[in-house]
Amino acid sequence: MTRSDVLAVTPLLILGATPLVVILAAAARRRHGAALAIALAGLALALAALPAAAGAAPAAAGALITVDGVALSFTALLIFGAAVAALLARPYLARATARPEEYYALLGIAVAAAAALASTQHLGGLFLAVEALSVALYGLIAYTRERPASLEAGLKYLLMTGAASAVLLFGAALVYADTGGLDYAAIAERAAGAESFGAPGAAGMALILVGLGFKLSLFPFHMWVADVYQGAPAPTAAALATISKAAVAAAALRLFADTGALAHPGLGTVVAAVAVATMIAGNLLALMQMRVKRLLAYSSMAHFGFALVAVIAAGPLGLEALLYYLAAYFLMALLAFGVVSALSSRAGDADDARAFQGLCWRSPLLGLCLALALLALIGIPPTAGFLAKLYILAAGADAARYGLVVAVAATTAIGAFYYLRLLVIALARPEAGAPDARPPTGTAVLLGVLAALLVALGAVPGLLDPLLAPASDALAR
Amino acid sequence: MIVLLLTLWLALAAAVAWIAGGRAARAIGLGALVIGLAAAAVAFVAAPPGEGWRSADLPWIPALGARAAIEVDGLGAVLILLALAVGALAALIARGSIRTREGFFYFNLLLSIAGAVGVFGARDLAFFYVFWEVMLVPMVILIAVWGHEYRVRAAVKFFVFTQAGSLFMLAAIAALGAHHRAETGEWSFHLAEVATTAPGGYPGLFIMLGLFVGFAVKIPAFPFHTWLPDAHTQAPTAGSVVLAGLLLKGGVYGLIRFALPLFPEASLALAPIAMVLGVAGILYGAVVAFAQTDLKRLVAYTSVSHMGFALVGVYAMSELAMQGAALLLVAHAFATGGLFIVAGALDDRLGTRSLSRMGGLWAEAPRLGAAALILAAATLGLPGLANFAAEFSILFGAFGPAPAYAVAAAAGLVLSAVYALSALGRAFFGPPSRRGLRDVDPREAAALGVCAAALLALGLYPIPIMDAAAPAVSAALEPIFGAPGAAP
Repeated sequence: MTRSDVLAVTPLLILGATPLVVILAAAARRRHGAALAIALAGLALALAALPAAAGAAPAAAGALITVDGVALSFTALLIFGAAVAALLARPYLARATARPEEYYALLGIAVAAAAALASTQHLGGLFLAVEALSVALYGLIAYTRERPASLEAGLKYLLMTGAASAVLLFGAALVYADTGGLDYAAIAERAAGAESFGAPGAAGMALILVGLGFKLSLFPFHMWVADVYQGAPAPTAAALATISKAAVAAAALRLFADTGALAHPGLGTVVAAVAVATMIAGNLLALMQMRVKRLLAYSSMAHFGFALVAVIAAGPLGLEALLYYLAAYFLMALLAFGVVSALSSRAGDADDARAFQGLCWRSPLLGLCLALALLALIGIPPTAGFLAKLYILAAGADAARYGLVVAVAATTAIGAFYYLRLLVIALARPEAGAPDARPPTGTAVLLGVLAALLVALGAVPGLLDPLLAPASDALAR
Repeated sequence: MIVLLLTLWLALAAAVAWIAGGRAARAIGLGALVIGLAAAAVAFVAAPPGEGWRSADLPWIPALGARAAIEVDGLGAVLILLALAVGALAALIARGSIRTREGFFYFNLLLSIAGAVGVFGARDLAFFYVFWEVMLVPMVILIAVWGHEYRVRAAVKFFVFTQAGSLFMLAAIAALGAHHRAETGEWSFHLAEVATTAPGGYPGLFIMLGLFVGFAVKIPAFPFHTWLPDAHTQAPTAGSVVLAGLLLKGGVYGLIRFALPLFPEASLALAPIAMVLGVAGILYGAVVAFAQTDLKRLVAYTSVSHMGFALVGVYAMSELAMQGAALLLVAHAFATGGLFIVAGALDDRLGTRSLSRMGGLWAEAPRLGAAALILAAATLGLPGLANFAAEFSILFGAFGPAPAYAVAAAAGLVLSAVYALSALGRAFFGPPSRRGLRDVDPREAAALGVCAAALLALGLYPIPIMDAAAPAVSAALEPIFGAPGAAP
């Protein structure tokens, strides 16, 4: 490895080292504030190292990790998500558990694995990163282990992900058997040489899609999503919805684009069908939910159905659309889960819609944040949610996938209903004797910044250019 | 530039009103709208079309070629002034009736007007859509928080219906932009640029239908009108005034500005169906209005009926008819807005909207009765008032290309006389009531006086409005009359 290779991999190294430092510090002396500070410092250092890494990209670290501009753009986004999740977790964990330090270590492992997942061009790297991410998430989901719901959620996630990983591995093996290669370039070469995948290769790709589909909660692998989000502590649910899904979406995009799998007619049709089914199922299932975390779980499923359209569209616009959509979705989801987290108490998360009644009057700030998050999730201008939808529709129309475009429009209309229902509950008169909902200052500032970013990004999409720059540079080359 | 300044001014005033709250919010709300109206009037009179003040072109989403492009021609100027005037009327009325959370109320009111101003000025389709949605959401909140007994249901129905239509419109806009890119290699959503590459044939038909659905829900065209009666009835008076006076205009404006010029063949093909829907709306709205006992719901159905006229006027493919439709937008705003003010005044005083509990009110509130008489006369199309000039132009213009539809629509004039006079009679005439009803106070009298004066002035001298709309109308009809198989 040359010096520039090391420079390119530095963010990953820093992200990987941070959880170790957190654990060692906690082993020496347990202090909640110190653990958070170390975690944030690690994230900040990794972010600071990104421009230097972008200069040195593309570079490879062994066969498994290939850092290029696209990977670095995703890594920046993942670091942002992890930082916000950690900040949301601080007051939550102070209430909910006596031993919060390990949470930040697990979160650090999760974001390191997620960054690695975005930086791989090798099926082996894909599998290892997915496994590392899953293991970290088992701990994060079941962290508040005094609550039976959390333990149940953690166990469900463990079983489902275990099965999914097995399927993923089997698919990878089939692809290897057909094409003789494990890294995407080799697979693309062999597949193009043999005029696309043979039966084993296509089946293998489909099985890999199944494995990744579990983590993205695509239809019909979505059964776990509501229970796990409901049982997990709110900051973990935020991390699940954002970091975990974004990393897997990035990996899926790179896998399908770089191996040319979507060019295979059968696979292309299957992926499109899964996208449409996910959009429909996610929105219809959310319609029936009265519990807020379950609603947000199915909403996240629907949103990744929309994001899948960008993956299918592929090409430079597809990639830019996906990055923009994920950035906007991060803001929306973190804001929504942040409000849930701020309203949660020691006993449990604020899941019941009644906890939100009259929120706009009990705490104008939380009410405004929730309203902006919900409007963005529907896709109303001038929030970033609207621009994200516009990008997705434009990418879909550009790739001439008009069926997908109409499906996005129709299912978003369904979505409007359940988001509005929650907004109307927040605008209703508060129940007499409802508890004051004003959040502590730190949370208020964090949520306010997220809300401001959500509107600013909608008005001036150019704000995202620094994030997109490494990816666009990489594509331009 | 003027449009951007206006929307920023209104948004800023909205924020200040929310923070100030209470009585200050009322003053800020009304003051901002009146100042905006005066400034806009001066600007549009001083700067003829094509001048710098009237247009702007700023970058917005470079990757998708969407720009913040504004261009205000005659029709746009008329509708922007209407928006500010209707907003000022609503703010004037709200002073008397909104007593809780005033800051938030005026925030939503001003934002909704800002959205409407942007809708009538935007030339870039994606930018237009932004304002289309911004116009909608604050109105939903107004209904949901300050409305009447079934406000939540009405607000949700309103939102979901309109959103569904708008999303198909967004899909159509995206497809149009992608088609432009496929043809030229560049992304753009600007009307002038997209017009050069707008597809014909089946793709054009589908994209046009997507736009049509979005606009048709807003107009509201039968059978997409079912959200309107509930929304109008349950909204607070000021909300009803803005909803009837302003939000409904966006649909007709969108058809004239975007749907017709971009897709001449498809619009020509759709014209018979659209006119059938228009006539159906006229007749259905009128008949159902007559059957109502709730005064506000009656006025709501008259809105359906009148906007059916406007739809016929747009798709009659005649310059006179389309100019009549533009005039009808202005006339309907004042007539129906005024009627909602009357209904709101009666609701405040009597605690009921039910006509069966009214009767003989003229004896105690003659000025309110007189205003209601003028407004009802306008609604039924009495010559000398603005609605007549508009409806007559539409019928006259439609008779040439589509005589059967014009005859059917004319039946609506008879029906409108039936419902207007019967409602007026049930409320104001009959045995004199002795309920201690107080007459209109100066504020309400001013609002009603403005409506009546506007209707009279435009009824006697409608030419300025119709001339102002002429360039937009000819821009809409030119591609059609040049298209093969067009009517003479």
